Amino acid sequence: MGLVSYLKSKFKEWTRHGEKLPGVDRGILIYENTSEVIRAENRLKAAGYNVRVMGPPQQIQSGCDLVIEVPLMEHLEISRLLHEAGVPPLKMVPVTGPLLAPVDLFQTVDYGEHLMVRAANMKICIEKATQTIVNISGGGCPDVPYLAFQMVGKTLHETPRPRDMGHTLCGYALELAYKEMLRQCSAS
Amino acid sequence: MLCVIGTIPDSAFPLVVGPVQMDRHRLIVSGRAVPLNRGTPALLGAVLAAGAFLSLPPVEAWLVGDIGRGDGSRSLYAHLETHLAKSSPTVVVFHYLQPDVDWHNRVLFALEELQPRPVTIADAGFMYAAKMSGQAQSYDLFTPDVGELAFLADENAPHPFYTRGFILHQEENVPRLIARAYEHDNAARWLLVKGRADHLAGPEGVMETVTAPSVAAMEAIGGTGDTLTGLVAALTATGMPVEKAAPLAARVNRLAGQMAAPTPATQVGEIIGKIPEALEQLLRAHE
Repeated sequence: MGLVSYLKSKFKEWTRHGEKLPGVDRGILIYENTSEVIRAENRLKAAGYNVRVMGPPQQIQSGCDLVIEVPLMEHLEISRLLHEAGVPPLKMVPVTGPLLAPVDLFQTVDYGEHLMVRAANMKICIEKATQTIVNISGGGCPDVPYLAFQMVGKTLHETPRPRDMGHTLCGYALELAYKEMLRQCSAS
Repeated sequence: MLCVIGTIPDSAFPLVVGPVQMDRHRLIVSGRAVPLNRGTPALLGAVLAAGAFLSLPPVEAWLVGDIGRGDGSRSLYAHLETHLAKSSPTVVVFHYLQPDVDWHNRVLFALEELQPRPVTIADAGFMYAAKMSGQAQSYDLFTPDVGELAFLADENAPHPFYTRGFILHQEENVPRLIARAYEHDNAARWLLVKGRADHLAGPEGVMETVTAPSVAAMEAIGGTGDTLTGLVAALTATGMPVEKAAPLAARVNRLAGQMAAPTPATQVGEIIGKIPEALEQLLRAHE
């Protein structure tokens, strides 16, 4: 089943049963690309919503996807907020089954003068003394070389963030690695 | 002909198909200069550096600008669907492309029309799409790192970002991850797993492991996995079987790294510059 027919069937099902299906209290916001997901997530979290970035159900996976899981009962307010913020979702659909959770394990390698953090398939390495990003490696999506070009040579505090420039899951993973590196550097 | 298919991190870079040359630390493709950095330019840099010592067939690059929005990748996929069957490559390398299952399948159909069938190598985003499509076994070689191997081993993960936590991406788990990837038909005929140790594996398990020289800083340097994939491609393009080319490429990549005396801050161009010397030293030793 393709994305459009899947969404149509879900919406017919949804409207036929009213706004809340029995046992369904979560919905997902679907976007064209990951950069919009990141912007919407930031906006919703800033507004105090309890949302999670997750993997889409298998029927609508296309290869490099991320969705936002939201409380279904609040979908009208969320929808209004996202329209006002200029990041309306393509669709919002209810979900019943489990969603894929992003990797949440970090690995750290201490090279003495340098420190590397890995999140999923992305690695960021800094020079400890200056907190300058010296290398970015891993990943397979086309924004990785672009992000590396923009970030290498800048400090952790002056670099543009992957969440603002990235468009893919690899870009999102790099944002997680960047945040973990920031956390470790602030804690030391 | 060796075809390298991938992206350039510049949204203004047009779709180009043609020969590629190296000029110091830049690639020249259709009159355009591209910095020799990580990603597909690093892979091509390794191929061309190997060509300074090896007798390679013509190298053709199929490139497009893409900074992650996927628009460039989709235009290249469409071009491949139409034109790939009209070319006559002996080795095809698919690299940094936006993972997209539908487009992957269309390109695979075009690839299957090629007679004789070229050696097919998939890495990075295209490898992700190949696994997710369920067509991994259509390829001769995948070149994952350990994190990507865990993704291949997780039959439910559509991207390395979603690899389940119990499938640990640790070097000591490599043989188990390889077995699991083959068990679910999510590996190519051969795997070259890149890491602190490089492993050549097939459905039978690990066939060969390369551990020396060992240069810890290489893991942090962006592009060292790309140069390894480029070296396997170059050696395969000389007619060497994949199972011989892969471990030799691993040794060459490691030796080039050692010769560059890298720190975690070294850029991959410095390692590419050492490839001809490393290749010469290792091939002479084999004579």
